Amino acid sequence: MASGNLRRREAVSRAISGLATASSLVAVAALVIVTVAVVRHGAGALSLSFLVKDPPQFGGPGGGIASAIVGTSLIVAMAAIIATPVGVLCALYLVEFSAPGSRPARAMRLALDLMQGLPTVVVGLFIFGLVVKPAQAESGFAGSLALAIIMLPLIARSSQEVLLTVPRGLRDGTDALGVDRWRAIMTVILPTALGGILTGTILAVARAAGETAPLLLIDGAFTPGTTVQLFGHAVPNIPVLIFTAVESADPSAFARAWGAALVLLALILIANVGARVLLARSRARMGL
Amino acid sequence: MSVRASLNPRAAARGRVAMEGSLGDRILRGLCIAAGLLAGGTLLAVAYQVISGARLSISTFGLPFLVHSAWAPNLGHFGAAVMLYGTAVSSAIALLISTPVAIAIAIYLSMLAPRAVRIVVGPLVEMLAAIPSVILGLWGIIVLAPFMQRHVEPALHGVLGFIPIFGPAQTTGLGVFTAGVILTVMVVPIIASLSRDLFLSVPRELTDAAESVGATRWEVIRGVVLPTTVSGVSAAIMLGLGRALGEAIAVASVIGAGNVVHVSTFETGNSLAARIALDFAYIVSNLHTASLFYLALILLVFGLLTNLIARQIASRYDVHRTFA
Repeated sequence: MASGNLRRREAVSRAISGLATASSLVAVAALVIVTVAVVRHGAGALSLSFLVKDPPQFGGPGGGIASAIVGTSLIVAMAAIIATPVGVLCALYLVEFSAPGSRPARAMRLALDLMQGLPTVVVGLFIFGLVVKPAQAESGFAGSLALAIIMLPLIARSSQEVLLTVPRGLRDGTDALGVDRWRAIMTVILPTALGGILTGTILAVARAAGETAPLLLIDGAFTPGTTVQLFGHAVPNIPVLIFTAVESADPSAFARAWGAALVLLALILIANVGARVLLARSRARMGL
Repeated sequence: MSVRASLNPRAAARGRVAMEGSLGDRILRGLCIAAGLLAGGTLLAVAYQVISGARLSISTFGLPFLVHSAWAPNLGHFGAAVMLYGTAVSSAIALLISTPVAIAIAIYLSMLAPRAVRIVVGPLVEMLAAIPSVILGLWGIIVLAPFMQRHVEPALHGVLGFIPIFGPAQTTGLGVFTAGVILTVMVVPIIASLSRDLFLSVPRELTDAAESVGATRWEVIRGVVLPTTVSGVSAAIMLGLGRALGEAIAVASVIGAGNVVHVSTFETGNSLAARIALDFAYIVSNLHTASLFYLALILLVFGLLTNLIARQIASRYDVHRTFA
């Protein structure tokens, strides 16, 4: 009974399906357009010396971004060292040491949610007031603290989700054997969830590596030379290097910024793909 | 967990989970609680620092700070009106564009796409959220703003120019509207991936029942899928709003750092977060610093509010674990 009405309803349905498909294409296109623009503008700057040389001391053409690569790696690594144990412990509390609806568990989830909702520039001001102002000095470590605050809720959330997927049988098995809770966690539950926790940490690192706002406030006024000392002075880093170049009028700084953007984006996208592969493999191992 | 509790008669008797245990258990439990307290304490410390940093500005200007539009650090004039307006308008533009687009994407990924397409396109949409804001800002200045100025803004002005917010295009393309478009790119993946998970959680029986009485695909979506997930999707939109309100760097790059409230969104403006990021390198006085902290306090209140509202909406209907 294909009346005109039904044909109209089918047409509406098809039109909506078409719009939904088109929207997805637009989103993927946006990713491609930005990536292609970064590659097109940045590829020219890229060379071995770009990766191993510092920017010229007083501006101008030439040089590379070695100091910023080293700085960002150190700052983010320190942030991960601070945030990962705290985040995993928070997740352990939620999954292993509290009833899901209990008041402390609800309070902790609220705290983590609100932390994730903090504007990153506010986190930067917080560390400025807490660390930079009293010490009268910007520092890479201050940057690490800010990034750790940004990473913590991400790691806690992803670890919690992984811990929840650890098969019940493993817990029941250790209980039946009379194994202490902490021993079961350290030897069975955490190792099982390790792949997923690692995935969450990698994604958090990728997120933190591109964070600019907090670093601009507390680790922004650096000299171009390479340093491995995170304390006492500002440490060069990729995001602030890009942002200050954007605000400057120096064309060679712009070229360097595009090159740095390409390096940063490549690292972040590779980390994202890698984390997803890792997650798929660890889920397969857990039989999910 | 309840099963575990009942295995331990003493804990079960008290209605708690494993309060007792070996020394190792108590140490690990203590560490977990310490980590939680650290997270909660950090949150309180953030609020305290921001309020105490803003104190000088609050005592000088009080609440009228919110409606004064002058921002002249050298003259000691500070007011948040331009930034409040820019933040509100750029976020509103971002939400108006991204909400329908993101829901459409979620519909495609959860109900229309073949499996092979879904496992490729889903992660690609999420990866859009992984692009650092500083790179979006760089792209925004060099690529997007000139494109907006040459093509999009004249076209909108031509068709909708009778509405004052679509004024004539300006010289650079940097402005509130372009900031809204950049924010759209950042917000879409958030709303889309959360909504997709919600749509996938709709019980199969409901959609099957609708289909079996002859509903078309769109009628199933409009009649079953959207109504059962509306609270979760609203929460996702609130989270997207929180992201848009708080974004500093991408907005700072393309909003044009204007000092005046313009009705036309193609003119320059400023946002709360962008002003903090842009001004911080050029602090001229203690009052200047305190006023930036005052802006951060407003931002903090907005950020916490959007999050709490999102939780409230989601938990009232308790749709999905993602928001729990």
